[in-house]
Formats: sequence, C-alpha cells, structure tokens
Amino acid sequence: MKKYLSFFRLRFTMGLQYRAAALGGITTQFAWGFMEIMIFAAFHRADASAFPMSFSATASYLWLQQAFLALFAVWMMENEIFDTIINGDIAYEMCRPVSVYRMWFARSIATRLSRAVLRSFPILIVAAFLPHPYGLAAPASLKHFILFLVTLVLGLLMTVSLCMLVYILAFFTISPAGLRLIFDSASDFFAGALIPLPFFPEKMQRIMELLPFASMQNVPLRIYGGSMSSYEMKRAVFLQVFWLAAITFAGNALCHLAQKRVTVQGG
Amino acid sequence: MRSIRLYLHYVSINIRCVMQYKTSFFLTAAGQFLVSFTTFLGVFFMFQRFSRVEGFTYSEVLLCFSVMLMEFSLAEMFARGFDQFSGMVRSGEFDRVLVRPQNEIIQVLGSKFELTRFGRMLQAVVMFIYGIIQSDIAWSFSKALTVIFMLIGGTAVFTALFLIYAAFCFFTLESLEFMNIFTDGAREFGKYPVGVYGEKMLLFATFIVPYALIQYYPLLYILGRRKELIFMFLPLLACWFLIPALMFWKFGVKHYKSSGS
Amino acid sequence: MITMEHVCKSYKIAKRNAGFGEALKALFHREYEVIRALDNVTFTIGDGEMVGYIGPNGAGKSSTIKILSGILTPDHGTVLVDGRVPYKDRIRHVQEIGVVFGQRSQLWWDVPVIDSFELLKDIYSITEPLYRQSLEELTELLNLTELLRSPARQLSLGQRMRCEIAASLLHRPQILFLDEPTIGLDAVSKLAVRDFILKQNQTHGTTVILTTHDMQDIEALASRIILIGKGRILMDGTLNDIKRGGENIDETVAELYRTYDI
Repeated sequence: MKKYLSFFRLRFTMGLQYRAAALGGITTQFAWGFMEIMIFAAFHRADASAFPMSFSATASYLWLQQAFLALFAVWMMENEIFDTIINGDIAYEMCRPVSVYRMWFARSIATRLSRAVLRSFPILIVAAFLPHPYGLAAPASLKHFILFLVTLVLGLLMTVSLCMLVYILAFFTISPAGLRLIFDSASDFFAGALIPLPFFPEKMQRIMELLPFASMQNVPLRIYGGSMSSYEMKRAVFLQVFWLAAITFAGNALCHLAQKRVTVQGG
Repeated sequence: MRSIRLYLHYVSINIRCVMQYKTSFFLTAAGQFLVSFTTFLGVFFMFQRFSRVEGFTYSEVLLCFSVMLMEFSLAEMFARGFDQFSGMVRSGEFDRVLVRPQNEIIQVLGSKFELTRFGRMLQAVVMFIYGIIQSDIAWSFSKALTVIFMLIGGTAVFTALFLIYAAFCFFTLESLEFMNIFTDGAREFGKYPVGVYGEKMLLFATFIVPYALIQYYPLLYILGRRKELIFMFLPLLACWFLIPALMFWKFGVKHYKSSGS
Repeated sequence: MITMEHVCKSYKIAKRNAGFGEALKALFHREYEVIRALDNVTFTIGDGEMVGYIGPNGAGKSSTIKILSGILTPDHGTVLVDGRVPYKDRIRHVQEIGVVFGQRSQLWWDVPVIDSFELLKDIYSITEPLYRQSLEELTELLNLTELLRSPARQLSLGQRMRCEIAASLLHRPQILFLDEPTIGLDAVSKLAVRDFILKQNQTHGTTVILTTHDMQDIEALASRIILIGKGRILMDGTLNDIKRGGENIDETVAELYRTYDI
C-alpha cells in the first residue's frame, strides 16, 4: 500500500507545478461557464416552465462542473499511459511485481486531484460572489452538502475506474486511438457534461441514469442543487456504489488477463 | 501567381504525407465528425424541450451552427500551421522557415494542410442541408451569395485568430490556453446566434472580434428579418480583422529575430 | 565575402528559482539576467575559404551563425555578406546561402526524398535545367540514386545526412553553413561527407563555415580556424597555429580551451 501512496504523492506534487497552465486554464473555464449560463439564460427567457430544475440550480450545476472539470473530464486521460500501451513499453510494466491496475489508479487520482486543487478554488470563490441566480448558490441544505461531498468522491473514483477500463481495453484492441475517440464523445454525452441529464426527454433520462456514465459528475452536481427527491438520491448513490464496484472489478480482472498474456507471450 | 503555385505544391506534399497513414487519417476524420455530432445532439435535445430561443427556431439555429462550423473547418484546414505554431517554435523549425527565400506566412501555411478536418466539414454540410430543408426560407440569389460571403469572411476571421495565437507564441510558450476561448470557444458557442448571449456580447462580437459580422447579421438577412443590403456584405467587411492579426504577427517575428530562441 | 565588425549581442534571461513560494513571487516580479553572447566580434571571411568556427558550448557560435544567416539581429556592429545585410534583406540573402543543421532534418519525413527536392526547387525558384544539373551532380557525387525514392524515415542516419547535404546545395549557394554535419555518423559516412564538401569547395568555390565539436572534421576541412569563447574571438589563424608538433587534435583543442579559460 505504501508504494502506491508514494506514487500518489509524486504525481500530486508534479501536478502542482503546472501553475502557468493552470492560470490559462482557469480563464478558459470561466469563459466556458459564463457562456454556458448565458445560453441557459436565453432558453429560460424563452420558456421558463420547460426547465426541469430551477435556473439557480442549473447555474450552480454548471459552475460546479467547471470547477471540478479536472476530476470528471473523461477526455483528460493520461497520454503517457496510452503511449506505453501503443509502443509496447507496457510489457515491462506488467512484468513487475506491482499491480499495474493499482499503480495507474493511484496515479490517475493524483493527477486529477492536483489539477482540481489548482483550478477549483478560484472558480468556486468567484462564482459564489456572482449575482443570484447566475452564480453558485448555497447548497440546498447541510445534509445535501454532506451527501454532495460523499458522492463527489464516489464520482471521482467512478471516473478513474472507467478510464482504467479504457486503458486496459486499449491494450486488447488494435487501435487505442479509435477506442478513445468513441469513449470520449460517448461519455461526455451520457455523463451530463454536454447538457445536464434532466434536460433530456424523460424516457431517455431514465435510461441514461442507469448507465455508469451517470454515476460520475451527474450525481453530486445535482444533489448539491437539491433538485432530486429523497428516493432519487438514495437510488443514485446506490447506483454509484454498484457501478464503481462492477467496473473496478471488471477492470482489475481484465488487467490480470493482460498481465498473464504478456508473461505467457512475452509481450 | 508564383506564390499560389508554391502553396499548392505544399498542399500536395502534405496530402501525400497523410495518405501514407490511411487508417490514422480516417480515424481522425471520423473523430472530427463524432465530436461535432455530439455537439449537434446537444442542440437537438435542447430543442426537444424548447421550441425557440430568442425567437430562433431549431432549423434556424441549425443553419447558424452549420455555416459557422463550415467556416471554422475551412480555417482549420488551411491555417493549421498557425494553430500548431507553438510546436514549430519549440522545435526550432521556425528558424528553418527564416532561412528560406519565401514569405514566412506562406511557409507556415504550407507546413500543414489538415485534410482530416474534412470530417467536421462533412458534418457541417449535412446539418446545413437538413437546416435548409426544415426551414421555410424564401431563397434568392442574394441570400445564396450571403452564405458564400459568410464562408469567406468566417474563414478569414478564424484564420486571423489562429494567426494571433501563433504570434503570441513568439513571446511565450506557456499559458496560451486562454486563446482557445476565441477559437474553440467560438466554435462551441457559435452554435447559437450571437444575439442569444445578450447585448454586451453582441457589441463585443461586432466591434472587437467580428463574430457577429460572420454569423449573426448575415443570418438575420437570410432569415428575412432584416432586409437592408448592407447585412449581406458585412461578412466581407469582417476581413478587416486580418489586418491587426498580420500586424501582430509581423511584430512577433521582429521580436523573435531580436531575442533569439 | 563575409564581414563582421564589432558585433555585439546580449540576451535577457529570466531568472527562475525553484519552490512554490519563489514561483508565486515570479508571477508578480520577474528578475532578469543579462548574458553577453557576442562581445565585439570582428572577422572577415573571403570567397572560397573553408573556416572552422570552434568553441565550447555557450561560447556564441550559434548566435554568430544565426546572425550570418539573417535569423538574428545584432545589438551593435556591422554585418555584410556579399554586400548585403543578412537580417535586413532576408529573402534575397537567404537565396544565396545553404544551411545544414546536423540534428534537425529539412526533409519531409513520409514522402520520397525526391519529393522534398522538388519542393525545394520551387521554394528556391530554381530553373528546370539548373535543377537537373545540380541533381545529377549531387546524386552522382553523394551516391543517392537508390535513396531518392525512399521516404526519409526509412533511411539510416548516414544516408539521410547525405540527402540533407544535397538538399542544401540544390540551389547552388555561394556560402554553406554546416552545423555538426557528421554527428552520429559511422566512419565511412563521415569520410564520404568530408570528401564531398572538399570537392564542392574545389569545383565551385563554395565558402564553407563549419561549426562542430568533431575535431577530425576540422582537421580534414578547415584551413582557417576561428576560436570563440564567452562571446569573444580569442584566436583567428590556421590549423598549424594550433597544432604544435603533431599532437592529438582533441587534446590540443582542450588545452586551448584551458589556456583561454573557457
């Protein structure tokens, strides 16, 4: 366990180094958040009754999405890992007495956390001071806030777990680039990163909520705004835990398979 | 003219290079298509719920989105060398450009002709046709001409933005991410007519970075909401934006030549 | 003819310190250090000369070459190459020079070498008959016949280097700048390259300026040696001026550096 912790620490400190990039990134994210809210404001003016959740809850969702982008953005996968898979260096990694899965898992969490730490606070602080209802509103209640934090962590673990699955699958496919492509587009759509899931037609929303993608940012961001009923929240948390266990198990199993393949075939 | 012939030669060699890697080419092009397609889906599903926004219907928004996407893809195809200019500076490749007896801009333009952007272009064209079919616009020769002007002006504006980004690379290679707001950001948020974003945004997009001249105003003319002929020619006027971009580029080259690398 | 008179060039380098606190400070207040890359550099090179421009890393060699090729503008001093100021008359100046960077390729990677040559023909506006002539001569002298149809990425380093040199001579430049032309090459290729450059100088009178750390290159090619250290010209003479009594050239040069404390 110690060695994974030191991987984590190393990656985390590395991530903190990218200050200049973070500044540029924060400005970009502000612009993005601002523009998204303007679009929804325009739609709200057009037909406020068609909004599935309050405008204030929508704005909070969007700002939280920007603030925690580094945690949930599936497309922010580690190019280095893909490179090792493509050029075959992974064979060396797999022959070591370390669990590649846990190593990469720790690494991904560390990178995402360090990026998020740099970028989230400025965005959260400024968004909180924006005029109502365009800014980040207070959480619906203390209970909601605590649940938000819990599901935030679960959501992060879920994101990393899904990315891990993609890394491992990339090992088995001929074209990692193609796999990544499909996954990037699909996940943004199904995770509620394009537009929040409640804005999709009801039937679609019901199906989408059952998918693992909905267990990433969708759950915490909506719990914060308090737009879910008690039953819906319980169900969402249950699904998060379920998918986290299932995908992690699948990823781990496939990783073992890959490891076996490498040692038998010799890479 | 000689420069055009040289540029076409560059384009041909670029295409020949890319064709060596056919799978990678088609994958990237497909990826382009997919990414734009998901953006389209975002618009589609919003309009399942709302019937109009700021008075624009679904098919009208599609028209706006598709023309803007075509403008962006064209600029990306031709001006990719500027979009990726940071790599050229970092590797010292720009020194090589300065050692050749040709204008630097032609050389940078010629260094990359990104045919894969065709994927995005294709998606835009499909949306455009769909938008035309669905909407009930009274088409005329002048309106068709307006679309062509939009493509010309739009490509010019986005190319100018890439040029500005490249010029920044002469001064710093870090924290350039903010420029994405003006290029990728415009592509993402240009899917809705600029007027949707409010008065202040419209002012900015009219006088500072002329997005509105290549998207919003000519759109109003095509949709028949404004009948003044000037609206048809505004996209061509937007080409003025190339002037400050070129000036900034020249300034950047001068700075590069005096400060080394 | 190349003339450099009292050329000076300084750079401002931002000081960077490690640590989170320092970097935060740096966001608000940048400290700069002025580095004198060239200090009163003066020399003249006549037509057809072959000059070895040597010095340790950071001495100012690449700054000199950049100024002479027109890429860099000096702070003070006069630079004239064949009556032109390189950095002012860029396009016309650059038409008459050729540059070979040992570590960077000018060939397009994925297409046959001949395709890169054809593009260069267009870039340098070489007329068809002159191009045919150059190409024939270079192909014969450098043994390129089998290489022309291969993409650059499939060539070995030695093969690629021969193509690079040919590429930089297609337009028959009067002056050739060579930066580490034999780096990483095997012995046979090195000899071939040196031999070729000598022949070019003999048949066409090409002025050659060679910057390299490979002293065998210098020994084989340069009749004149200019030593630069810490931005100053420390020595301008012949190979014999350095070699005193047949010692190993590398040792001689190392001793030279020590003498001048560079």
